[in-house]
Amino acid sequence: MIRIEQLTKVFGHGAEQTLVLDRLDFSVEAREIFAVVGPSGAGKSTLAQCVSLLERPTSGSVVVNGENLSRLTERQLRVARRRIGTIFQADGLFARRTAAANIALPLEYLGVTRSETKRRVGELLDRMGLSEKANRFPHQLSGGQRQRVGIARALALRPTVLLSDEATSGLDPEATASIIALLKELRDELDLSILFITHEMDTVLQVADSVARLDHGHIVESGRLVDLLSDPASPLGRSLQPRRTHQRPSLGSRVWHVTYGSSPVPTDWVTRLSTQLGSRVSLLGASIERVRESTVGHATVAIDDDNLTRVSAVLMGLGLHSRREGDAATIRLEDVA
Amino acid sequence: MSTLVSVLAPPANASIPLGDIPALVFPALGDTLVMVGIVMAIVVVVGIPLGAIVHNLAPGGLFESRVPHTVLSWVVSIGRSLPFLILMAAIVPFTRFITGTNIGIPAAVVPMSIAGIAFFTRIVENSLRSVPPSLTRVARASGASPVQIIRTAQLGEAVPSIIGGLTINTIAMIEYSAIAGTIGAGGIGYVAVTYGYERFDNGVMLATIIILVALVALVQFIGDTLVRLTTPQATRPNFFSRRVLTTTNSGDH
Repeated sequence: MIRIEQLTKVFGHGAEQTLVLDRLDFSVEAREIFAVVGPSGAGKSTLAQCVSLLERPTSGSVVVNGENLSRLTERQLRVARRRIGTIFQADGLFARRTAAANIALPLEYLGVTRSETKRRVGELLDRMGLSEKANRFPHQLSGGQRQRVGIARALALRPTVLLSDEATSGLDPEATASIIALLKELRDELDLSILFITHEMDTVLQVADSVARLDHGHIVESGRLVDLLSDPASPLGRSLQPRRTHQRPSLGSRVWHVTYGSSPVPTDWVTRLSTQLGSRVSLLGASIERVRESTVGHATVAIDDDNLTRVSAVLMGLGLHSRREGDAATIRLEDVA
Repeated sequence: MSTLVSVLAPPANASIPLGDIPALVFPALGDTLVMVGIVMAIVVVVGIPLGAIVHNLAPGGLFESRVPHTVLSWVVSIGRSLPFLILMAAIVPFTRFITGTNIGIPAAVVPMSIAGIAFFTRIVENSLRSVPPSLTRVARASGASPVQIIRTAQLGEAVPSIIGGLTINTIAMIEYSAIAGTIGAGGIGYVAVTYGYERFDNGVMLATIIILVALVALVQFIGDTLVRLTTPQATRPNFFSRRVLTTTNSGDH
């Protein structure tokens, strides 16, 4: 488990000081994947550098398994770094070393014996499905394979925390999906706390249990992924599952935007809505999917019924947050419940 | 061996008979190889650490430090900026202090080493600059000490580039050895200057030219081969990158 407490990083001195991270607070439990998203310049890479202990925070602390790592001397830090495995962006492999030799690096630095290193590297190559590629050089591997080598290297010293710094950026969707599946398996097998830093919203939706959005050095929003997605008022939830252009409604009907709430929504809700209102309901656009064992999504429907209260009451009964187009307010489930 | 040259030296303006040319030229080649060999050994031993230090004192380096970097960089630049003949003359007192003499091979090795170290420091620095800095971060995050970082993530990854630089440096030192010949260090360049240039002995001139061209070509060939052997992209068959295939088999395309 890793806890970030009041983490602040200031670069520069005097008048030229810039506050890059401003009192960040969050924790990643064992078996949790915590994603940090944000635009470039938000402070993501500085956060990664502070967590991997390459940069010292100006104030605040990084606590791994109850031990505060931000007050160590340079020598102690070198040892502490071994408790946090870091997966870098795809360019992190040594070009003149084979896959096996890349994975062996942290063991070599630690001074592990040759036979022990060989055994551990073999084990990791096997786990990553790369046994055949042990003697290949990075340029002979695909992007996904290279990143598997990177993950194996990060795990070489059996860390409890894994930091993924834009690890899937630049990979094709297929490779990204396989890396994500691997990370989830490893999280469960090894009880890892994974801090997943990325700018790709799509990847977050696939990988994260919890998300925080970093902007100008602040965490502007955070929470469980499913909670954010089922909250129509959450900007982060909306940007994770954006509404795309929907079809035009027929004349005389009103357009409603609905969002799946946290309680289960019946799959035939459109039919039920139509029956209960006794009027025509047309589906104009929708995005619904299973995320972390919950169904989340949103839809846009056209309803031939002008009665705002009646329609919203029925929608609410079906477990949907609703907003009629043209109205400012969203009718949230909690407002009535 | 340099005494051999003076023993064989003929009266002025007389050409060396063709049959005597090998006896004149080969010992001189030996002198050159000894001189350049000693110098290059010193250059590598001093230049690699020095280049790594200059690189890591620079902004973004492992021990970034402005004043030491500026000072060291200036010292290297001064070594690089003096023409070798001037440098050699300027440091005669230093050479005599180190070797006790100011003529012969030992006396030539000192200025050649200084010029060579300054040259090679820049080459190493430049090679290290072309290694992705992300590898240094990877090594640090993997728990490497500064020495381990420099060895594996910087020098280790720059090996082909450093060997390429070493080749250039060796050839430059062969050239410098001819200039060092003027302080009685002997060597093939010296023979070319004294017999070929000063006495218009075309036979000796031609022989030295052939030997020098062959020597430089050999050094270049060895260097190129080592670069290829130490670059994984160039030694192994590659199915992912056309570019690498075309550079390794450029003759066939």
